[in-house]
Amino acid sequence: MVRPHPAVTKENAFFWTAGAEGVLRFKRCTECALYVHPPQPRCPRCLSEAIEISEVSGKAIVATYTVNHHQWHPELPPPYAIAIVEIAEAPYVRLTARIVNCAVEDVVIGMPVTVLFEQVGPAWIPMFQPEGC
Amino acid sequence: MNKFEDRVRITGIGLSEIGRRLDRDPVGLAVDACLAAIADAGLQRTEIDGLSSHPGPLTLDGYSGAGVQDVLGVLNLAPRWFNSGHEFAGHIGALVQAALAVAAGLARHVLVYRCTWESTAQLRQREAPGLAIADDYQWLIPTGAFSPANWIGALATRHMHRYGTTREQLGAIALNARANAERNPRAIYRQPLTMDEYLSARMISTPFGLYDCDVPCDGAVALVVSAADAARDTRRPNAIHVEAVGTQSTQRWSWDNADLDQLPIIRGAAHSMWSRTDLKPRDVDVAEIYDGFTFNCLSWIEALGFCAEGEGGPFVEGGRRIALDGELPVNTHGGQLSAGRLQGFSFLYEACVQLWGEAGDRQVPGAPKVAVTTSGGGAPGGAILFRLD
Repeated sequence: MVRPHPAVTKENAFFWTAGAEGVLRFKRCTECALYVHPPQPRCPRCLSEAIEISEVSGKAIVATYTVNHHQWHPELPPPYAIAIVEIAEAPYVRLTARIVNCAVEDVVIGMPVTVLFEQVGPAWIPMFQPEGC
Repeated sequence: MNKFEDRVRITGIGLSEIGRRLDRDPVGLAVDACLAAIADAGLQRTEIDGLSSHPGPLTLDGYSGAGVQDVLGVLNLAPRWFNSGHEFAGHIGALVQAALAVAAGLARHVLVYRCTWESTAQLRQREAPGLAIADDYQWLIPTGAFSPANWIGALATRHMHRYGTTREQLGAIALNARANAERNPRAIYRQPLTMDEYLSARMISTPFGLYDCDVPCDGAVALVVSAADAARDTRRPNAIHVEAVGTQSTQRWSWDNADLDQLPIIRGAAHSMWSRTDLKPRDVDVAEIYDGFTFNCLSWIEALGFCAEGEGGPFVEGGRRIALDGELPVNTHGGQLSAGRLQGFSFLYEACVQLWGEAGDRQVPGAPKVAVTTSGGGAPGGAILFRLD
C-alpha cells in the first residue's frame, strides 16, 4: 500500500523537494528575516511579499515526542518515535517528523538531531536522527 | 454588559440511537435527533426556521453524517436562516452561529445538530486513505503521524516533562468517565474500569494507551436554540440561558506550530468566554469538557482556570474532585472516552440534561445552575457557559 504524501504544488515544492539535494529549506522574509513556515505568500510579521527560499543547517532540537505503537499503515511498522522538533536557526519553526537511527526509548526532550530524508511519491519527507549519527 | 447571548435560550434537546456499527443511513440518525429535539421543545416541525450544523455536508469517511442540505431534504422546512461548516469555534461554533442569528432576528427557533457515522464508515471503507494531502495535514500525515493520538500524545509528553503530570493522573480522567458511563444507559462502554486495566492496556501512542482514546461510534445530537421571547412557546419554562460564548482564536491553527504547553487554540476561547460574564470558574457546577483524549480534558481544565497552568494533574488525581459528587463534576455522561465520540455535541446535550435535572442515576446533586462545555481544541477551539435561572 502506497504511503500518503503531500500534494506537491508550486507553492510548497521548494520544501518538499529540497530533500532530493539533502537539504532543508524554508521561506524567509527578506525584510524582517522571519522564517515563514508553513509557507505563506506574505510575511505574517511585517506583511512583506519579499519572501526568499533559505537553506538551513538541518540541525534541530526535540521539543517533544510520542512513541507510536499502533500500526496505521502497513509500510510503517510500530514502534516508531514521532517528534516535534525546533529548527536550530529559528526555534519558533517546528516540524513534526520521525526520529530514526535511534532506539525509541532513547528519544528525549532537548535532544539535538539532524535532518535526513525519505522519498515518498513526489516528496522528500524530513526525518531526524541523533546528532553525530 | 448588553450581550447577544441574553436574547437566546436552549429550549429542546434530542439524541438519536447511538452505537457501534449501526449500519444505518446517517441522515436518518440526524433526522431522528432533530425530531427528538423539536418534540422535547414542544414545537411543531414547521416552527423551525433555522438550521445550523457542524462540520458540513455528509462525508464518506464518516466524520460528518449530515449537513444542512441532508436534513433539509427530509424535514422539508423553509428555513429563513441556515449554515454549516467548520471554520468557526469548533463544534461549539454551530451553536454560536445559531445564537447570533436568533439574537439578530433572522430566525426564532434554530435546530443545531451534529451527526457522525465513523464507526459504520470504517467498516465500509477499507481502502487506502487519500494519497495526496493538500491541506495542513500535509505536515503531519506523510511523516507517519497519522492520528490525533500522535499529535496530541506529543503534547501530553511535553506536559508530563514540564509539569510532572503522570499517567495515573490522566487515568483519573478515564476512570471518572467510565464510572459516570456506568450510570448512563446510552453510553457505549459501561463495564467498570480499574487503574490497573487502564495502565496495562495496549499502548497507542505514548503516553496514550487504549483508554486514553475516545470511542468512534454512530449517532446524532440536536438542540433547539430559540429567541428568549419565543421560549415561552415551548414546553421549557426554565429554558437554558447562554451565559457566554468563547470564540477567540489567538494562534495559528496548527498541531505543531501553535501552543506546545497546552492543547493548541484553547486559551483564547477560554479567555474570551470569561470576558463576557461576571461568573467565575468557582461558579461552575458541572463541566462537560471535550475528551477526545484524556489530555484534551486536562488541558481545558487548566485553560478554563479551574486550576493554575500545569496543575491539572494534581487537580484530577484520584478522581475525587471531578466525580459526580466532587467539587467540579466532569463529563457526567461518560465523556467521549466511554459514552462515545459524538464529536463534541454530547457535551452540549449533557450540560442541558444536568441543568434540567433529568440525568437520572448520574444527576449531579444540588440542582446545578451553571455548566461549561468546550470544543476539542486544535483548529479552532470554542467554549460555552450555560446558566439556568
